[in-house]
Amino acid sequence: MLFPLRQIFLMGAVNLLAMTIAEKILARAAGKDNVEPGEIVEAEVDYVMLNDVTGLPAFEVFEKFGVEPIKEKVVLIQDHYVPNKDVASAEQAKAMRLFARKYGIENYYEVGVSGICHQVMIEDGFAAPGRLIIGADSHTCSYGALGAFSTGVGSTEAASAMALGSLWFRVPETMKLVVDGEPGRYVMGKDIILHIIGDIGVDGALYKSMEFYGKAIEDMSLADRISMANMAIEAGGKAGIFPPDEKVFSYLEGRVKGSYTPVYADENAEYIETLEYNAADIPPTVAKPYLPSNVAPAAELGDVAIDQAYLGSCTNGRIEDLRIAAEIMRDRKVHENVRMIVVPASKKVYEQAIEEGLVKVFLEANAYVSGPTCGACLGGYMGVLAKGERCISSTNRNFVGRMGHKDSEVYLANPAVVAASALKGRITDPRELS
Amino acid sequence: MRGRVWKFGANVDTDQIIPAEYLVTGDARELAKHVFEKARPGFAEKVRKGDILVADENFGCGSSREHAPRALIGAGISCVVAKSFARIFFRNAINIGLPVVECDVSAEDGDELEIDFEKGVIRNLTTNKSYVFKPLPEFLLNLLNSGGLVEYTKKRLSIYE
Repeated sequence: MLFPLRQIFLMGAVNLLAMTIAEKILARAAGKDNVEPGEIVEAEVDYVMLNDVTGLPAFEVFEKFGVEPIKEKVVLIQDHYVPNKDVASAEQAKAMRLFARKYGIENYYEVGVSGICHQVMIEDGFAAPGRLIIGADSHTCSYGALGAFSTGVGSTEAASAMALGSLWFRVPETMKLVVDGEPGRYVMGKDIILHIIGDIGVDGALYKSMEFYGKAIEDMSLADRISMANMAIEAGGKAGIFPPDEKVFSYLEGRVKGSYTPVYADENAEYIETLEYNAADIPPTVAKPYLPSNVAPAAELGDVAIDQAYLGSCTNGRIEDLRIAAEIMRDRKVHENVRMIVVPASKKVYEQAIEEGLVKVFLEANAYVSGPTCGACLGGYMGVLAKGERCISSTNRNFVGRMGHKDSEVYLANPAVVAASALKGRITDPRELS
Repeated sequence: MRGRVWKFGANVDTDQIIPAEYLVTGDARELAKHVFEKARPGFAEKVRKGDILVADENFGCGSSREHAPRALIGAGISCVVAKSFARIFFRNAINIGLPVVECDVSAEDGDELEIDFEKGVIRNLTTNKSYVFKPLPEFLLNLLNSGGLVEYTKKRLSIYE
């Protein structure tokens, strides 16, 4: 009799299935001892997050159910088109506000308190190891940086989960990505994930969970891990998960809501594929239009003049990102042909940037600094590109027309490359400046 | 099901299907006015009820916006056939009742396709070639056939009461 390879026997008595982090979290949430890739399970979610763009369609669906939402699981965050960009977006923001009031949703984030939803979910302790979190936004996979299984869903499923507290999931296969070595100067998590996406392609992790290991990962700051988990979706991934460590636990002290249980993969867990990288081989990297997989070293691009430099977003709008950009821009000026826009990812990041004097550095360099919003990243407002314009951006997508006109271009890069490029007026490897 | 083909390539992202600046309504017909506005200008005017999209790998990649499959439904698209789908688009489509078929089909703009969901066969009536696909898992077929996730959720809620 043949048993599946992944099935192991302990002491000849109990058989246990060795599982990856994704499998373990889904098994726990589905109330099962084990699950296997391909299986469809109904799992209890810890939180359902919605923003002002995906919220309205979800609320309309929700009203068809005729029940109260499971309030404590719902998190509503105004971030995409707030402060309202036009009348239609004002109506969407209002719909979220009214929904929160109608059902007494306590986890409601109004303009002035909120920030980009994923930063808020992390900062305010919703994201934690072992949790299963869904969000009606594709970059919900960001919380994998803290060891959660988090993934983006649509508005209808968010509505269903608000009513039922659970949702169907296909258990994904898991890929193991091992990044060893020491990254060079100005090489960040962003460069590593862009390099990986360049290697495996924008569907290289389609339907799969990505698990990250290796010395470079262990040494990496939580902020850089968030940038990497954030972009798992750009490889088609369902989740991008980092085994939680002391950096995560100390970050969560005094901020996490409730208790949590860290989850780690079993030693014999089965991975569909294992890929190995050396961080020392990865330079500051840029993704050229029109796919995040279209990567090249920043230093090898040649003379690529830019019209705009954008520093912000759920990928790279954290205090660590602003610090490295400010360090490069201190006592220098943004190039005369460039508009630089700096958008801290949340109110808290903004406040800290003011306290640390970073906002002053940006203002003195002639950068424009605003409060948190997703606006420009998806071509909504606050930095839309005209026909033929080019932007170097710390965001996550460079699709056709992503930040504006269909004939505009977005180059993705880390905050140091964005800052160096803003100063030079062309895409620049920051090592060129030092 | 029969329909006329619109052929797309690989990695058709949700920004192409419905650009983000129009994400200020959830209404399918309203969204349909701007479907593929940047990627294929004129599509919204020329598309007819019952038309079928055929694409290569990773259709629907990018954002989680359910506005994308809603815009396709609003435009009258009856089915999307692709070599593979981005997962959130795939979920959204099934959850709101837009049939999606994972199949490698050779077809050009204007070809006539016939899809048999039960047998798992697609016929290109223009080229007279047939293609076999693996039907959806039972859970998802039930979800699609029971009218999508809204009806499924209502059923689940009534069991609790």
